[in-house]
Amino acid sequence: MKRKGAGGAGKNTKPAADIWELRLYVAGQTPKSLTAFANLKKICEEHLKGKYHIEVIDLLKNPQLAQGDQILAIPTLVRNLPQPIKKIIGDLSNTLRVLVGLDIRPRT
Amino acid sequence: MAKEKARLLRGLQKVRTGIEGLDEITSGGLPKGRPTLVCGGAGSGKTLLGMEFLVRGATRFNEPGVFMSFEESAEELTKNVASLGFDLNRLTASKRLLVDYVHIERSEIEETGEYDLEGLFIRLGNAIDSIGAKRVVLDTIESLFAGLPNTSILRAELRRLFRWLKKKGMTAIITGERGDNALTRHGLEEYVSDCVILLDHRVANQVSTRRLRIVKYRGSTHGTNEFPFLIDERGLAVMPITSLGLKHTVTSQRISTGIPRLDTMLGGKGYFRGSSILVSGTAGTGKTSVAAHFVEAACRRGERSAFFAFEESPSQIIRNMHSIGINLQQWVEKGLLQFHAERPTVYGLEAHLASMEKIFDLFKPRVVIVDPVTNLSSVASETDVKAMLIRLLDQMKSNQTTALFTTLTAASGPLELTEVNVSSIADTWLLLRDIELGGERNRGLYILKSRGMAHSNQIREFLLTDKGVDLIDVYVGPSGVLTGSARISQESHEKDVELTHQQEIERRKLNVETKRKALEAHIASLRAQFQAEEQELQKLTEQEKMRQNGVSKLRKKIARMRKEDENSERRNR
Repeated sequence: MKRKGAGGAGKNTKPAADIWELRLYVAGQTPKSLTAFANLKKICEEHLKGKYHIEVIDLLKNPQLAQGDQILAIPTLVRNLPQPIKKIIGDLSNTLRVLVGLDIRPRT
Repeated sequence: MAKEKARLLRGLQKVRTGIEGLDEITSGGLPKGRPTLVCGGAGSGKTLLGMEFLVRGATRFNEPGVFMSFEESAEELTKNVASLGFDLNRLTASKRLLVDYVHIERSEIEETGEYDLEGLFIRLGNAIDSIGAKRVVLDTIESLFAGLPNTSILRAELRRLFRWLKKKGMTAIITGERGDNALTRHGLEEYVSDCVILLDHRVANQVSTRRLRIVKYRGSTHGTNEFPFLIDERGLAVMPITSLGLKHTVTSQRISTGIPRLDTMLGGKGYFRGSSILVSGTAGTGKTSVAAHFVEAACRRGERSAFFAFEESPSQIIRNMHSIGINLQQWVEKGLLQFHAERPTVYGLEAHLASMEKIFDLFKPRVVIVDPVTNLSSVASETDVKAMLIRLLDQMKSNQTTALFTTLTAASGPLELTEVNVSSIADTWLLLRDIELGGERNRGLYILKSRGMAHSNQIREFLLTDKGVDLIDVYVGPSGVLTGSARISQESHEKDVELTHQQEIERRKLNVETKRKALEAHIASLRAQFQAEEQELQKLTEQEKMRQNGVSKLRKKIARMRKEDENSERRNR
């Protein structure tokens, strides 16, 4: 899996604060990672169209990043922006929980 | 195949931890290439044990290690263990140690679907590879249970983690919090089952004691007891009582007790060097004085002595001993005598033992006094005190250090029962006792036992004079043992009787002499009388002879006159 500057963020002219910076940590192209990426892509396209940026980090290639970002579980989605940092672990198959976790939808 | 078999036959390979005492009770260390579970309550020393395992590995055995902390950050850890003399920064800089702090916060984490802990594996693997680690500590991996809600995934992953560690050949320590009914709160012992060490920190009589027990050690023999351990500035130290064994060699050299008469009682030469001497007695019977004499004698020989006082301060002992003519101050000034006075309650038994051992190491005394050991039982149970003493004695015996312990016996109890039951480990046992008689109290001393020497079986009266302890014979007569003024009055009474006897004999002698003289005079007069009679008799005899001569001449004259023939003459004769 390569880094993907996906989602047409480049076309967007909105202020930087509105950009959602998301990082997906994976370890090789496992089924779980692939599912997670597909789910993430779907959710972002649905709810954050045009204002998100996904970076996929393969820990097999950059193992030292696991320490810096305090990654334990694979896959882990980290929301760097907007603050505060949020972590979501798992293959993101539970869409509702992903939305809650990313603060796209308030907890009820 | 053959090679494989040989490897199996060699048995379990072990890795030395470098922790004092732990390698002895595990007979060689932790199982090599396998995880070991260290569990215990809060503050029981799990993290320190793990850290020392890594630090010793890095510094002594050239085995780098990874410390994965789930609770404390690297900075906190560095600070915490600096007090034990571990410089983590230096070890980290020289790539012999790596501390990785895994931070996990439940509130920051949202769980959505399937996941695994590959991230942790990658992290650990990366850390291990970067310094070529042989040792791993995971402290405390159970924190993950608080951070990750899905326990079924976590359990599966932990199982995988320990298998993975084994496969990588890591000798690992996994710490776990003590659970209510199980060894660990989350049942880690289910996964880590090669070696389980339980740490315990318990408070008895307001004194806390740390203990360590090997619950299980697959494929190896190990000490099964609870061993006290200690954390001090040198790190962790487990104190196996049995570690020294009964192998010490002995000497037949004898050393003076400092009391000449006591030397005489002990076969004329005193104690054996390297033996253990127990002085027991009720309060105020002079135990410390006996000890002080011994110390003084040792110092006079130029030997170093250590005096552990649990009841009196050094200056008090020095002052009191001065009153019986023992000047200990001079030896303190010359550096031959060291006092170590502490209240037993100041810390636990193990700490006392450790501080004593430290003094043995640094000062190397030839004579050690512990006065009194019974006071130690205020901080620990009797069995613990006895175990400690056995260990202390074993250590001293192996260095041929002579030890003198005093124990206080309760006045009401039987005298032969020492309070901490240490009598069996003593080689020489002096019993000091009060002898109450005739409205006064006197001290008596006798030797209950003294291994390997002919010793006196007599009670001696024990006097504290201004020139030191003096032992004198007690009066043993028909009315029993007499001491003190009763003895003195008895002695003077005996003297009187003897004098009377003497006078009587004198008088009789005189009498006989007079009689003899009278008799002699009588004999002399009788003899004179006899001599006179004898002379008389002689005179008579001579007269008779002369008379007979005269008669015969007369007859011949008459015969000639009668012209008698020869026959008739012969017939007549």
